[in-house]
Amino acid sequence: MSRFFRNQGWVAGLLALLIFVFVITKLIQPGYGSGDFGSLARAVLPYAFAVAAQTVVVIAGGIDLSVAAMMALTSVTAASMMNGASEEYALFVIPFVLAMGLVLGALNGVLIVVTRVPDIVVTLATLFVLQGAALLVLGAPGGAAAEWLKASVVGTAPIPGLPDWADAWVPKALVLLVVCLCIVWIPLRRSRLGLSIYAIGSNELAAFRSGVPVARTRIIAYALSGLFGAMGGLSLTISTGIGAPIPGPYLLASVAAVVLGGVALGGGKGGLLGPIIAVFVLRLVRTDLTLLAIDPNVTAIIEGAIMVAVVMFGAFITMRSRPVGATP
Amino acid sequence: MTDIATMPQPVSFGRRLKRFMADRPLIPLIILLVILVVILQILRPGIVNERWLANTAKFAIPLAILAGCQTMTMLTGGIDLSVGTVATMSAFIMATQIVNQDPAVAFLLAMLPAVLIGLVNGIGVGVFRVHPLIMTLGTSLIGTGFLQVYQRTVIASGAKIPDFLNWLGTGVTYGFPNALFLFVPVAVLIVFTLNRTGFGRLLYAVGDNEHAARLSGVRYWQVITALYIVSSLLAGITGLLYIGLIKAPSLSLAEPLVLPSVAAAVIGGTSIFGGRGGYMGTIVGALILTVLTTLLTILQMPEGGRRILFGFIVLFVTAAYLRIVEDR
Repeated sequence: MSRFFRNQGWVAGLLALLIFVFVITKLIQPGYGSGDFGSLARAVLPYAFAVAAQTVVVIAGGIDLSVAAMMALTSVTAASMMNGASEEYALFVIPFVLAMGLVLGALNGVLIVVTRVPDIVVTLATLFVLQGAALLVLGAPGGAAAEWLKASVVGTAPIPGLPDWADAWVPKALVLLVVCLCIVWIPLRRSRLGLSIYAIGSNELAAFRSGVPVARTRIIAYALSGLFGAMGGLSLTISTGIGAPIPGPYLLASVAAVVLGGVALGGGKGGLLGPIIAVFVLRLVRTDLTLLAIDPNVTAIIEGAIMVAVVMFGAFITMRSRPVGATP
Repeated sequence: MTDIATMPQPVSFGRRLKRFMADRPLIPLIILLVILVVILQILRPGIVNERWLANTAKFAIPLAILAGCQTMTMLTGGIDLSVGTVATMSAFIMATQIVNQDPAVAFLLAMLPAVLIGLVNGIGVGVFRVHPLIMTLGTSLIGTGFLQVYQRTVIASGAKIPDFLNWLGTGVTYGFPNALFLFVPVAVLIVFTLNRTGFGRLLYAVGDNEHAARLSGVRYWQVITALYIVSSLLAGITGLLYIGLIKAPSLSLAEPLVLPSVAAAVIGGTSIFGGRGGYMGTIVGALILTVLTTLLTILQMPEGGRRILFGFIVLFVTAAYLRIVEDR
């Protein structure tokens, strides 16, 4: 039991923080209801996928600076393919874009493994490449999304056997998020591959000596990151109805949420649940600041200060809990 | 020089050549720079003249100083991504405060945010042990927020570029750009500090083996705090130089220089993991990137294509360089 708390303590703390922020939201705006929660879930969607993309790579001991550019590229690709096409055509677009994300992500991994250049430099280079490709696909924001796709993130998901009042708190966007993440993450976490990803992040040499195929595992981790990035790009297109070639603020947000979510930047620690809850906390804080009618520019300051303070606090806690004399 | 590199030679000589280059990592970099200039001259005969050289130097200098910030922080295993925001803040504050204030007061006001951000970065990284990437991204977010709020308060008074900065940014004396008057002392100071002073040696020591450095009595947090303040100050000065060159104060003035400054330091052979590298290589790296940008511009590629090529070339150069230097 104590082991459970030690492992899940961070996530439990985050959950408490999320509830705390919810209570504050309710105090600020007594009318905050299920509809607002739905729009929160819609706003969280692209952020959550960006965070998932970053999490997989960070657990494997790397970092992916190209997340936001990947989302921009996949988003414009989807938007320009669906522009003027029939509704059914989207059924082809989605798997195509997801496969594209997977392949481009794998390309990141292959480049890192083959060139032996630090991952931060490789993904910086691919950031430029993907950004450039996005500009070539669509020079200015435009394109379209199929109507049924747009409808898939609006409103609530009817779940049989659930009373209406509870059903109102289950927005389609949240269901979509949970389903997409679980389809990839749960089988991964339980497989040998998932274990290998944690192993190479924790200690690459030890993993190699225990027979883990380090290069292959790393490539797969980046491919999965690309897949999540493509999901993020699709969710951007779906929720806005267009594609924009300029990457959004998802890189910093994803790194901050990963750290806040209890995933060590050195790799090998943490899970997906923490970062996802962290994204909800960060977005909800933003909602609160808007509800308080604070100037959006001041909001940016407060948001940044919160992120920095949280990260400092987290680092402080890890520092204190480290055994005396251990190498930092 | 290019003849030596391309002519077929007996194996033993090739190996000796490789060894020679590995011992003097500057030489392959300079060869690459010469090759790029030659390509430029072939593509557009007559372009390489005195004016072109002065122009290249003018645009390479701000990049080289910012890359100097990256070099110094990377030597300790860190990185400073807040340089773009700091440079922008200094430039913007200088341009708006000069309207009503004495130049000296305006200068001090412009340097104030640089010192503050550097101090916060240093404390976060040195005392609280936050990952430098996160810390500096966070402070740059906060800085941008403050800048947006500040912009509102000065929107009525307008902005102007002081004559002195104009002279420094774009002026040319006897064919030499005036920016060299700033750059040469700064470069000499950085090289001297890194190679000949105790502080420079501490940076290498901390980056090479932090634990050993601590055990030898190095006060880690003092070194790191001083380092990040110096880095921020340099970035602030770069901002003043850059506004004299670009002449249009905006809220994202120096932001496009951040990632190239990291690339310049990496191309110049500074290890992103710390402990290895130097400033001379970084200067050549900044020159390479600037010439490369010119090359891509005269090829008249669309913006997207240019970014793609830029990314691939940064990756290729870094990979090739690692191959040459690491096979000892």
